[in-house]
Order: sequence, then structure tokens, then C-alpha cells
Amino acid sequence: MPMPDIRPLVPEIVMACLAMLVLILDLVVKRKGIIAVITMISAFVVFYALFGGVRGEAFSGMFVSDGYSVFFKIIFLISLVLTTLISVRYIEIEKVNFGEYYSLMLFSTLGMMVMASAGDIIVLYLGLELMALSVYVLAGFFRHDTRSNEASLKYFLLGAFASAFLLYATSMIYGLTGTTNLRAIAQYLATHGIEDNPATMLSVMLFVVAFGFKIAAAPFHMWAPDVYEGAPTSVTAFMSVGPKAAGFAVFGRVFLIAFGNLQINWVGILIPIAILTMAVGNIIAISQTNIKRMLAYSSIAHAGYAMIGLVSGGSEGVASMMNYLFIYAFMNIGAFAVVIMLRTEGFKGENITDYEGLAKSHPLASALMLVFMFSLTGIPPTAGFVGKFYLFLAAVNAGYTWLAVVAVLFSAISAYFYLRIVMFMYMKEPKGEVKLSASSSTGIALAVTATAVLVIGVLPSGVINMARAAVLGF
Amino acid sequence: MIPLNWYLWLSAVVFIVGVAGFLTRRNIIIMFMSIELMLNAVNISLVSFSSFLNDMRGEVLVFFVIAVAASEAAIGLGIIIALFRNRATARVDEVNEMRG
Repeated sequence: MPMPDIRPLVPEIVMACLAMLVLILDLVVKRKGIIAVITMISAFVVFYALFGGVRGEAFSGMFVSDGYSVFFKIIFLISLVLTTLISVRYIEIEKVNFGEYYSLMLFSTLGMMVMASAGDIIVLYLGLELMALSVYVLAGFFRHDTRSNEASLKYFLLGAFASAFLLYATSMIYGLTGTTNLRAIAQYLATHGIEDNPATMLSVMLFVVAFGFKIAAAPFHMWAPDVYEGAPTSVTAFMSVGPKAAGFAVFGRVFLIAFGNLQINWVGILIPIAILTMAVGNIIAISQTNIKRMLAYSSIAHAGYAMIGLVSGGSEGVASMMNYLFIYAFMNIGAFAVVIMLRTEGFKGENITDYEGLAKSHPLASALMLVFMFSLTGIPPTAGFVGKFYLFLAAVNAGYTWLAVVAVLFSAISAYFYLRIVMFMYMKEPKGEVKLSASSSTGIALAVTATAVLVIGVLPSGVINMARAAVLGF
Repeated sequence: MIPLNWYLWLSAVVFIVGVAGFLTRRNIIIMFMSIELMLNAVNISLVSFSSFLNDMRGEVLVFFVIAVAASEAAIGLGIIIALFRNRATARVDEVNEMRG
């Protein structure tokens, strides 16, 4: 038997080895800051392996390394590096400065990378579980904090529940088509005309449920606010970007490749979900008083916007969704970086009122928060505007003008709760003195995210062209 | 020979029992057992399809599901123990600090 060609897997293999290396180094290295540095170096090594690596299929199409997966892997690696940067000081303050934190983040990123490259539902499932199991532990990383326990428990129970639905959908599609390979499923569905079979429809719906849980789309979003609030803030930043993007990666691959021929059927399911997600996220966020909870609802709403890209379909729709997720990674982790700076010894800094008068005492941090809030709202010249612009453009071109109008209306509602933070910072008097736990690593993360948000906002063509090139071979 | 349909009905019934158990029971351990029931319902249908289609894929996936379910159990019980040490409860109704 010939040796299988494993060259397309090199980035994943490197990532797995480095994650285990970090786990072992934790035993001997006493200063955990060094482990954080090694984590970031690992991300860059994998990044390098990804660019110099061989594209193609491995293990008879089970694993696909194409432009689409590479683009998503870049998003995962960026979110890994940025989250590591904002974690270093934070987990010291929270006194959970353990090395396995970084190792779990590496394993979770590995899971996401496998998900993005999955050409077969078996591989998809394994990647998803590797990602999810690591994030369950990360969410409960404050072992002695009951809120963190609660977050971890809720995430675990609902995540396991959702993955059981994924498996049931898989078993049904396997029974119908006799295969789990995404392209083979598409071929079978196209040639055997079982599009209208109720079992196919049920399977599609169960896939929507399972992936809807992962991207926190309404009505499967109930876990998100509690988990985002209770989990360590750095993990919340990670969860709201990485696993969500991974969820969209598999959403796109399964629905556009395997169920590409039944597009009209699942589009009919996704449109109401997208609208409901935007409505729930934007409207409930208005009444929140905890900033992490508010950002959780905001991330639900952003999943709704990104789903418009999937609904529009075609290469333009997918490219606009990828562009949006790329931009979202920067603006959301940036906002969380400011939230993390407010956490100091003995001060939680999670209430929205804690931001009152912040501009007087900390003008730079407030200015950065202002940029991120503008970007999340979608105000030019920030990247958030560019992301939404391409999404809505794709929707209009695909004939969903009314959907774009609905999304713009919800995005106008979102201005209320994002700009309320800005109003608190700039137009209120400070109540008490708020100290910031500034550190050089958080500073780097803020500089990178703010620069990216502004540069992409002014020069939008780079990222969208990269995304368009990435979906060419899709 | 027992027809394929019987296995599929068995699998569907076990899956629904699992879903119902997850949604109605409030003890974390029993909710967790319900999830295991759902996974095993999937295993039944995968194995029966696999034997019916004369294809190994389904059986391979069953082994993966069993292995992942084992690691899920390890992590899930770890989370429950961490919670139990702080709160001395195994009921989800009592784990409700965050709302709104």
C-alpha cells in the first residue's frame, strides 16, 4: 500500500506537535509569559507552513486544503495570536496563570483548522469536537468562580446536545447517499433526484440546528449570553471569533458543496433564521448592563449579518461572508481588549456604567474603544462598514434587496447600544477613579486591531480580493 | 432477517427518548446520560446503514463517535465536579447566577 500524500496536512501536523510541545513545556517552564511567546511563535510557524504548503486533497478527499480553508485558517491564527496577547496580563490578574491555557487554545485552533479543511463529515465532526472540547474547558478555566463553572456547564451541555443532532443528520445523509464525503453526497443528490425526500429535508434541518448552535444563531443562541458573561474575558474574545468563524466555514462547505443542488430549499430555512438572529441580537442587547453580555448579543447579531452572505450564495456571497468574518475578528477582539484592560485587582469593570467619563482619565483607551464601537456599528471609515457594505451588496445582487434593507434597519438599531458606550465615555462625568491594567502585550494587540480596522476601512479592496481569490477553487 | 426499518425506528425512538430526557430532566447527570443515549441512537442507525449498504464508513464513524463520547464524558464529569465543589448541587435549576 502506498504512503498517502500528507503534504496538504503539514500545517495541522505542525500545529498538533506544537500544541503538545507547549503542554510539556508547561512542566518545566516556570514563567508562563514564555509559554505565551511560544504560543505566538507556533502560530507564526503554522502561518508559514500554511503559505509555503501544498494545496490539494489528502486521504481520498477527506481532507481538503484549498483557498477557502486557508483563508479561514488565517482568521483562526489571527484570533489565536490576538487572544494570546490580551490574555497574558489578564490571567495573571485572575490568578489562573497556568500553561495549559495556551495549550488548550492551540488545540482548539487545531480543531478549527481541521473543520475548515474537512472534505468529509467524519473529519468535520472530529475537528468540531476537538475545538469544542478545548473551549468547554477554557470557558470553565476559573475553577473557583461559580459563574465560570456555570458558563462551562451550559456550553458543554448544549454543545454536546447540538453535536448529537449533527451526528443524527450525518447518519441520515449517510443512509440516503451511502457516503459521508461532501462532494460524493452532492453528486448522489444531483443524480438520484432525492431532493424532495423528507429524510433529506430533515437531515438538512438537523444540520442547520447543529451549526446554528455553533455560530449562536437564534433560536439556538440561548447559551451564548450566559457563556460569554461567565467565561474568562479573554476566552470570550476567542470564542466569539474563532469557533464562530469555524462554524461558518463548515456551514459554507456543507451547504454550498453537499447541498448546493438543493440551494433553494435550505435558503428558505436560513432567511428566517438570519432575520431572527439579527432581531434577537440587536434588540436584546439594548437592555444589557453588563458589557460582556452586551457584546455577546452583539456577536449573535453579527452572526445574523454574516448569514446573509450564505443566503446570497455564489462566490460573491461567500467571499463577502469571509471578508466580514475577517474584519469581525479584528474589531471584536479589539473591543474585548479594552474590556480586559478595565479588569484590575479587585475591580471587575464589567458594568457599562464603569465606562462613564473614561475619556477624561484615559483618552487613548477611550479613543480606541470609540473606533471599535463605530466599526461594530458599521460607520465609515472603519472596517465594519466595509464588511457590511460587501455583504449587503452581495444580497442585493442576488435579488434579496428586502433582506439587505432589513439588515440595515437592524444595524441602525445596533447604533443605540454601541454608541451608548461612546456617550458614557465622552459625555458623562467620571463617578470614581478607574484604573487600567495596561501592559505591553495588550498594547500591541490594541495597536494591531485598531490599525487593521482603520486600514481595512480606508483601503477595503485587499481583503475582499483575497477572499474572492480564495473562493475561486471552491 | 430483520428489515432495516426496524433498526431505524429503534434508533429514532432512542434518539427521541434522549432529546425528551435532556429537555425535561433537571439533574445534570441525567441530562448527560440523555446525551449519551442520543449518541448511541446515532450509532445504532449508523451500524445498521453500514451493514445494509455493505460499506465500512458508517462503522468507522461509530468508532470515532464512541471515542469522542468517552472524552466528552471525561470533560463533562470534570466540569460537573468543579461545579459541585463550589456549589454542592447537581441540578441545573440551581445553577442560574446569570440571567437577562
